[in-house]
Amino acid sequence: MIKTDTQKTSSPVGESKPRIDAREKVTGAALYADDIQFGNKLLHARIKRSPHPHAMIKKIDVTKALALPGVKAVVTGEDFPGYIGLYLKDRHIFCRDRVRYVGDPVAGVAAINPEIAEQAVNLIEVEYEVLEPVFDPEYGASPKAPLLHPDLGEYTVASFILPQPGSNISNHFKIRKGDVTSAWMKCKAVIERKYRIPHIQHVPIEPHVAIAKVEESGEATLWDSSQSPFAQRDLIAETLGITQSEMRVIAPLVGGGFGGKAGVSMESLAVAIATKVKGYPVKLLLTREEEFFTAFVRQGLVAYFKMGCDNNGQLLAMENTFYWDGGAYTEYGVNITRAAGYSCTGPYEVANVKTDSYCIYTNHPVGGPMRGFGMPEMHAGLEQCIDELALEIGMDAVEFRRRNCVKADSILATGGKMHPTGLSECLEKAAEAIDWGWKAPPSAPNKRRGKGLALMWKAPAMPGNAGSSAWIELAEDGMLTLGVGCQDMGQGAFTVAAQMAAAAFGVPYESVRLATPVDTRFSPYEWQTVASRITWSTGNAIIHAAHDARRQVLDLVAKAWDETPQDLDIVNGMVVSFRSEREIPVKNLAVAGLPKADDTGWMGGPIIGRGSFMPAYVTGLDPDTGQGEHAVVHFTTGAQAIELEVDLDTGKIDILKGVAAFDVGRAINPDMVKAQMEGGLIQGISSALFECLQLKDGIVQNPSFVDYRIATSADIPKSVQSIIVEVPQDDGPWGARGIGEHSMVPTIPAIANAIYDAIGIRFEGPPFTAEKVYLAMLEAGIVKG
Amino acid sequence: MGYHEINLTINGGPEQVRVTSNMTLMRMLRESLALTGTKNGCSAGECGACTVLLNGEPVNSCMVLAVECDGAKVITVEGLASDQQLSPIQEAMIHVGGVQCGFCTPGMLITSRALLDRNPNPSEEEISEALVGNLCRCTGYIRIIDSIKVAARDKAATT
Repeated sequence: MIKTDTQKTSSPVGESKPRIDAREKVTGAALYADDIQFGNKLLHARIKRSPHPHAMIKKIDVTKALALPGVKAVVTGEDFPGYIGLYLKDRHIFCRDRVRYVGDPVAGVAAINPEIAEQAVNLIEVEYEVLEPVFDPEYGASPKAPLLHPDLGEYTVASFILPQPGSNISNHFKIRKGDVTSAWMKCKAVIERKYRIPHIQHVPIEPHVAIAKVEESGEATLWDSSQSPFAQRDLIAETLGITQSEMRVIAPLVGGGFGGKAGVSMESLAVAIATKVKGYPVKLLLTREEEFFTAFVRQGLVAYFKMGCDNNGQLLAMENTFYWDGGAYTEYGVNITRAAGYSCTGPYEVANVKTDSYCIYTNHPVGGPMRGFGMPEMHAGLEQCIDELALEIGMDAVEFRRRNCVKADSILATGGKMHPTGLSECLEKAAEAIDWGWKAPPSAPNKRRGKGLALMWKAPAMPGNAGSSAWIELAEDGMLTLGVGCQDMGQGAFTVAAQMAAAAFGVPYESVRLATPVDTRFSPYEWQTVASRITWSTGNAIIHAAHDARRQVLDLVAKAWDETPQDLDIVNGMVVSFRSEREIPVKNLAVAGLPKADDTGWMGGPIIGRGSFMPAYVTGLDPDTGQGEHAVVHFTTGAQAIELEVDLDTGKIDILKGVAAFDVGRAINPDMVKAQMEGGLIQGISSALFECLQLKDGIVQNPSFVDYRIATSADIPKSVQSIIVEVPQDDGPWGARGIGEHSMVPTIPAIANAIYDAIGIRFEGPPFTAEKVYLAMLEAGIVKG
Repeated sequence: MGYHEINLTINGGPEQVRVTSNMTLMRMLRESLALTGTKNGCSAGECGACTVLLNGEPVNSCMVLAVECDGAKVITVEGLASDQQLSPIQEAMIHVGGVQCGFCTPGMLITSRALLDRNPNPSEEEISEALVGNLCRCTGYIRIIDSIKVAARDKAATT
């Protein structure tokens, strides 16, 4: 817990400062990985990929490719035996004996330009023996399905992941709490529903890109668009058999990540190829088509919900089963399964819980972290069930949530206690903002209007020992340089980091600059920029570093003035004494110390502060019951409400108003918090109305912007309201916790609940396209063809 | 594969560039001239990240051949500011918060500039429609549209 006296003078915390990197972005000066100039030595890589969803590799012939002028190297899986993975090491950099999804890398080429590299790829001949594929997670979990990973029992795996060797289940997370069987008897109403949530993709506007160079000495450098430079250093080094310090990762600005640029996906391919052309940088830039299915996608989910309440509307029991379509490799996705497991009740207190959350291998693209990490997929069905249960006992949907939502000290599905949370406040404010309970008439005779609401919660899903660190240096001009290992992918991490450093040390925000790009050789360690953990975790490390630097400054000046540090403060870059009213600019002693009295020498030295943070209290969970005292660090909670109209002639959904209320603990930069709420709402709307990776026989049918529709400027609601609720997190910097992911979690069910309010129809899953809605209305007899 | 020498004006300055027949304007800007402000999001004319002004028209530069630009006037994001002074739309984007990851930003700025050059006082609907070819995944467009409204108002106030 970092309780400090700097919380008195909190400025600029709480101020909507302009982004620290806005100017470079609007002038075109901002550097992303594909903008870095590498000169004439730059080689270009292209990848030979499997056309089959599941097959054995019988033979690879690269002779014709190698003979093409301009080709400098061709590599296959034979060159790289190591396994790689974050929580479960289940994949190779290049396939060795087997391909498991359409797009799986089989060989790589480095050539003097991308066109020659592509020609060479086409000259590589691969012989496959096609195997029976798995395209459905329930089928994949059954004993009838072929085994996609026969060696599952031998893979290195994190202690909190529970694979079932001899099956396609790479993680099985269980909750067994109370007694659901007898609880059903006490329920006045019980409902059972099945939901199917399709795969979608992150669609960052900047595709994945990685440039790697390996020197003769063996030292490797990787420049890439990355949320996780340190995790990439660790994982890639280990797989290639080099030490972590020899694997340097330099990560410039990220043009959108949403989780897709976390962990390791395509970056290892560039490094592997580079090992064969020592001294030459090798660039791999994914085409937009490749971006849709060859890096990470969001897992598909088949979810079974059963829940019951008594006649007062109190939830008594939930029995939920989740079959996660994890794809060909679930090295990252296994933890999504776990996160959904411990969050399985949604933000509600339920005494009796039985949950089975399965991560299942299929021959689909690789499922990985995407904004929400399982929460959007899970809440999509769960929050609709809550509405249906409320309806069943004749209770208003908001009232039902009011009674059951978690509050301080509520008992969680994992047995621990909920911390103070503003969820109830979020519910009330969202309901009020959407004018809950009042139905406006439709805007035209061929429209139907409806309102819907949904709650959410999410904890940062990460190992208990995920750490952050920071350093602070001052220069002769009074500028404070802040070293961090986190990344800014648009969410504003750099800006709030600067605000927190400024506030914790005592200089204006404008006097802070960040030591970027993040470079694992110089930057302080950061686990990953994921999980909406940065403001909270890196923030704590920054405060620590700032206080360390402050202490050095105040101790030095106290000594020079013969005062005590308690009477001194740093305000706007000036050390001031409340007692003697003396003052001295920090810059006067930032590097050069201060002279001793009477010219007898010097004291002090270059000021450099360091800080480190790692939560100390996350406990494990029992593998059979999922119970444990402290499953996660904290939950961010919130609510969204939607008002929409359905067009009876076309089935098109028009979102009229979207309101969001989230408890962020403390908004370090309120405007940027609202910007996250806005962006998340629109991405949520997009996932609800438009997005779906159309998978047929393992092949993505729509890997382009034309056929995979994302929200455009024409699709935003006429009215959007973002409400900040602040119930402080006891160990958050100034009480802050994260917001980045949460704003897209409740949108699908909020919209689904509103559609039901409008036309009385529910769907097995999104997207709620015009065609789907129209055909459903036709079948229901609401419209005649 | 033929080579051509083309002459054109980029951001007000004369350029002479040797290009291959199949080189796109986007690749010429980014690779031959190291003007990397213009971004490559899809190379298929669908996302708008590569938008530049070609003789005053906003175009997806990944869909225009460099050889078509012989004799043309091109403006990229690097040419929007003059003498360190940011244009009203750039200033507005910073202060209204229309920038997050920044990757769509150059394209958004160019399209906005083209819109305001034609229609100095656009309605919200006209702004929305103008931006439809510029995809953004971070902001949800709300603050980008607001930035253009502010820029239009600021430009009007100073003319």
